[in-house]
Amino acid sequence: MKYAAKKIAAMLLTMVIVSLLAFTAFSLISGDAAEIMLGTQATPERLAELRAELGLDRPLPVRYLSWLSGFFTGDLGVSIQYKQPVWDLIAPKVLVTLCLSLLCFLLIAAVSVPLGLRSAGKSGGALDGLGTVVNQLCMAVPPFFTGILLSWGFGIVLKWFMPGSFPDLGRDFLGAVKYLFFAAAAIAIPRIAMTVRMLRATILTEMQRDYVRTAISRGSDRRRVLYRHVLKNALPPVVTFLAQTMAEIVAAGIVVEQVFVIPGLGRMLVTSISNRDYPVVQAIVVILAFWVVLAGTAADIINTRIDPRLRLGGEV
Amino acid sequence: MRRQNGYLTAGLILAGAMAALILLGFFWTPCDPNAMGMDRAGPSLAHLMGTDNFGRDILSRVMKGAGATASIALATVAIGAVCGTAVGALTGYFGGVVDEVLMRFNDALTAFPSVLLALVVISILGPGKRLNVILALGLVFIPSFARITRTAFAALRDANYVQSARLMGAGSGRILLVHILPNVMHVLLPALTIGFNNAVLAEASMSYLGIGVTPPDASLGYMLSEAQGMFGIAPWYAVGTGLVIILMVFSAGLIGEGLQRDHGEAV
Repeated sequence: MKYAAKKIAAMLLTMVIVSLLAFTAFSLISGDAAEIMLGTQATPERLAELRAELGLDRPLPVRYLSWLSGFFTGDLGVSIQYKQPVWDLIAPKVLVTLCLSLLCFLLIAAVSVPLGLRSAGKSGGALDGLGTVVNQLCMAVPPFFTGILLSWGFGIVLKWFMPGSFPDLGRDFLGAVKYLFFAAAAIAIPRIAMTVRMLRATILTEMQRDYVRTAISRGSDRRRVLYRHVLKNALPPVVTFLAQTMAEIVAAGIVVEQVFVIPGLGRMLVTSISNRDYPVVQAIVVILAFWVVLAGTAADIINTRIDPRLRLGGEV
Repeated sequence: MRRQNGYLTAGLILAGAMAALILLGFFWTPCDPNAMGMDRAGPSLAHLMGTDNFGRDILSRVMKGAGATASIALATVAIGAVCGTAVGALTGYFGGVVDEVLMRFNDALTAFPSVLLALVVISILGPGKRLNVILALGLVFIPSFARITRTAFAALRDANYVQSARLMGAGSGRILLVHILPNVMHVLLPALTIGFNNAVLAEASMSYLGIGVTPPDASLGYMLSEAQGMFGIAPWYAVGTGLVIILMVFSAGLIGEGLQRDHGEAV
């Protein structure tokens, strides 16, 4: 419990640094939101008025704190493009993106762990080299290319879902999940290849340990040793790796949401960048980064369940 | 031993073929990449990969586009590797407070997924310019190189040969560059190939989103976004362009695999 509390404290610290980085970067370099909103023709009086209205006349640290508390109160400023509160714009999209990344994460974990175990169990055969080549090939496929193929094949030809008309998550949850599944698959393929490779390497290293030789010499068969002893020791680095995959899932999601026309944070981010709508960009960037940090902390805490030694400060 | 080097050889041959095609594309392409003719013609002898919606030769455009992508990726990896290795070497070798602070900073940066961070930098620098894409991606790759090399340099800090070099009066600069650097190459080289792959994919993603290199420059990502809309009538456009990206990344991946196996790592 003490360990979990420490990890959560570290997580909150990272989140503060992350948000501080994003906030200073945008407020120092992006310029004045009031000027962008009013254009070059604005009178100085009108500018000052709008600045006061948006709270831009306050000192930077005060603005940062009020913006950060906005993640809890829902007040994240006003969009330059839509002249609406940022929170109202992004709130319906947060859930869509979270669903997509969770679905993708589950898909990766469910496919790559059994596949990794199988490929480690059969290492050194003639098929091994082929496996490596297929693995490298899968890693080379960009998710948005797979996305184009999947949305054409399953959407337009087979009509399993309608590309471009995303069902409402609240009203047609299953339909939405079905739609998101293909996007998740496009993101997952290269990640599955990486996770299999990583799990395989970890297991093969672990198989050379003394305790494995002892177990086998005492008459346990290889499979039993693999599942009962090795897996438990090989899992923590893989859990950490999977948590880091969350960052890659989020990154690929930005592009794949565009391919599948999914109304999530990624699409919103891309349009906001093109429109130079910094308040929206800033909020989305920080929400996505928070999500990644959260996944990392969850992995650390899960790992101490698997291997209690880690609680004493050991490294995975 | 022979099979292990198979990956390296295959990767080098494939990468060499791609590089030859790209280099050729800088001087000569089968057709003028911007000349228009019959639109959406399938692959034929005149147009080996067919033509796009404006009747432009896809092969010529792919050669130009792959050149843009590869040069951006190489420049990016160069920035990331040089700066990242410098940071990693200094923090790993000297340690101390600077090390602590930089690594915390690094941790915070890794919370931003690579494409996300690049998009942030691009949105600040202004989208659509090639130099900005290189700068954004280069900055994004510094932390990962720093983390990898830091571990390697820290591990060798007190190695016997380093200590004896120090006893012989070698300066820190000489120890870092002449003594330790060659011994971390086995970590750095595969990291370079992985970095190149990530850079190619990130550049293609960004130009697919219309934020990276933008028209009139040919770029693979932008071509794919054009091709997506006409996949039903001109599938060769998307498939051909996509295959070029896949082959580029695949060849670098094979080289990385071969390098790692050469060094006898359990893979």
